[in-house]
Amino acid sequence: MSEIINVLLVGVGGQGTILASKILTHAAIAQGYEVKMSEIHGMAQRGGSVVTQVRMGENVYSPVIEAGEADFIVAFEQLEAYRWAHFLKKDGVLIVNTQKIAPLTVLIGAATYPESILNDLKGRVGRFVELDGLKLASEAGNVKATNVVLMGVLSKYMNFPEDSWQNALVARIPAKLLELNKKAFASGVAEAK
Amino acid sequence: MKTLMTGNEAIARGVYEYGVSVAAAYPGTPSTEILENIVKYPEVYCQWSPNEKVAMEVGIGAAIAGARSIVAMKMVGVNVAADPLLTVAYTGTRAGLVLVSADDPGMHSSQNEQDNRLYAAFAKIPMLEPSNSQEAKDMVGLAMEISETFDTPVMLRITTRIAHSQSLVELNDPIERLVKTYERNPRKYVMLPGNGRARRLVVEERMHKLASYTETVAVNKMELQDQSIGIIASGISYQYAKEAIPTASILKLGLTNPLPSGLIKEFAAKVDKLYVLEELEPYIEKEVHSLGINVIGKELFPPYGELSARIVSEKISGQPGITVAPAFDSPIRPPVMCPGCPHRGIFYTLKQLKLVVSGDIGCYTLGAMAPLEAMDTTICMGASISAGLGMIKAHPEMADKMVAVIGDSTFLHSGITGLMDVVYNGGNLTTIILDNSITAMTGHQDNPSTGKTLMGQPAPQVDFVALCKALGVKRITEVDPFDLKTVKEIIKTEVSVPEPSVIIARRPCALIIKKTEKPLQVIDCNGCKMCLKLGCPAISFDEKNKTAQVDQALCNGCGLCINVCKFNALRKAGE
Repeated sequence: MSEIINVLLVGVGGQGTILASKILTHAAIAQGYEVKMSEIHGMAQRGGSVVTQVRMGENVYSPVIEAGEADFIVAFEQLEAYRWAHFLKKDGVLIVNTQKIAPLTVLIGAATYPESILNDLKGRVGRFVELDGLKLASEAGNVKATNVVLMGVLSKYMNFPEDSWQNALVARIPAKLLELNKKAFASGVAEAK
Repeated sequence: MKTLMTGNEAIARGVYEYGVSVAAAYPGTPSTEILENIVKYPEVYCQWSPNEKVAMEVGIGAAIAGARSIVAMKMVGVNVAADPLLTVAYTGTRAGLVLVSADDPGMHSSQNEQDNRLYAAFAKIPMLEPSNSQEAKDMVGLAMEISETFDTPVMLRITTRIAHSQSLVELNDPIERLVKTYERNPRKYVMLPGNGRARRLVVEERMHKLASYTETVAVNKMELQDQSIGIIASGISYQYAKEAIPTASILKLGLTNPLPSGLIKEFAAKVDKLYVLEELEPYIEKEVHSLGINVIGKELFPPYGELSARIVSEKISGQPGITVAPAFDSPIRPPVMCPGCPHRGIFYTLKQLKLVVSGDIGCYTLGAMAPLEAMDTTICMGASISAGLGMIKAHPEMADKMVAVIGDSTFLHSGITGLMDVVYNGGNLTTIILDNSITAMTGHQDNPSTGKTLMGQPAPQVDFVALCKALGVKRITEVDPFDLKTVKEIIKTEVSVPEPSVIIARRPCALIIKKTEKPLQVIDCNGCKMCLKLGCPAISFDEKNKTAQVDQALCNGCGLCINVCKFNALRKAGE
């Protein structure tokens, strides 16, 4: 099973994980991989936790990534990185957008947002990347492009040719937003260096 | 050309490619996107029906009249549609009729975990189970073929992991879309007992023929490899088996009613140790046992929840793998009512008034969650009003301490008959219709009250006031759910009057309103935390400054919180 690449995208409803996964799968298919992707809809869209699982390789059967099996986790939000960290392989890469979105349990005082997330994760995960994706996206022209910034970061850790990512952007992003998103993607790439 | 598609998109593509002319559904996770994708093929007539029973009957009528038809619903929807389903199994239809049942093992977004394979056995109709998107598409064609060859409705049974997982699908050109002429045949289609008894025998003959067919159909096949382990699997379980033990021999079943007993016997004889891998009920296992074959199933695998490749490999190898527990304790992030949600103020008021709330199914079921916590029961679509009536029949004194709440779409689905019962049987129940002008929970589908059809045509809108009046309700009040003061007064009055009453709380879903107000400002807050009781995700408490704060990106300026602040600390910009 070692030839399969597992990528877990985690975030909060409305953060654009689905579009990010579409860019990723487009690039993966261009490598000749069989790709499977699984996402849970439904109640998740009302600001709940969202998870998209992407698996690629020569033969992929199950669409679901098991705990401890993710090669990459891209967390769109700190607490979601915390929640899903145990899904990462020992030598996996964890990419965290440092944005914080407090869940309602925290807002109403029933729980506290953990203070030490980034430090705890650094202590646990071998390959850890943190970035302020919101800032980079807003510099590129729109905070909504945070998802594309994160794909830019991810691209540096995956061995797909640069072309296939650019083609994926062209295929998945409406023409009038393409330039902005290319900038956002490039800023993610630069951040990863 | 191969394209990545969810199972639901693939079924829609199958509908397009295999000559289906009519599609009907009521939205329900994980089935909703089937019709949302079918509407992209203008060749196919498609509609949202008020409920699953109606959708099923529309499909039945169209198929009797000669058009290939498909109906789709989540698994609990089949309960609603079961009445026509179990009789159309007797009549058969002139053109192909397929029911897609989207089951939800693991209850990702459902109130129960029923295994609808049992419905296929119960109704005595053939059932197909795809294990990926390609098969989901292909099986629409196969289901139509079986339906027409054997003159029977066919169930296409999928689960959440098929419906919502994407895999590659080969696209083909559509076959010619032909609608047969209508042929009158009352002895076949008028199910008077005499005709029904004749058709009852046809059902048995048909199942007999299908029992031979299922032995040789291509979707039931052995994949022989290492014969020390044999696994019988269908649907997503097949993928888990392949992933967990790639070398095992597998009997992959695509047509699972009737099950191929000959093929099962043959496979069992070829392998040393036989397992059956299936989520939920021991449906296949029981059949294998009945053949006198030794098989390991539910003694090893759980009869609830989803399976996974890991569960399969651990259970079969007998070696518990490394348990990977969550690394950190993280506060949960449940779904919440959106900022600006029109339901929030109603549930805030119901909690304030300490009323018993008979609830229903929709976004507003989130009114059960903290901090609102204003819901006592939620059973199924439409149960709020009728269960509320039952409560006050058990405890008449509860009538002035309780309400039933139900959304516009759910009321139209199956609340109307409950309200009729309240009037007819003299229940002094107050019903609140939460009319947000859309079927919101499943992602904003139109319904008979929204003025638009699935295919985008303008439609007459159900008039809730006139409808309730026609049912015999004399006390009907309309209110803006953002006007908390009036909401409270009206609810207090209506629960106390000794007759049936309806309150229509009307304001469109916050997500369908394009124009939003400016976010609110916090000025001179004394930190009383009243506004936090609304459970709005845009309001939080700043522990450092001891004041409420409003997230300027999330707040949509609905102003509900202005109503609850006694110190005028929450203000619209510029006020």
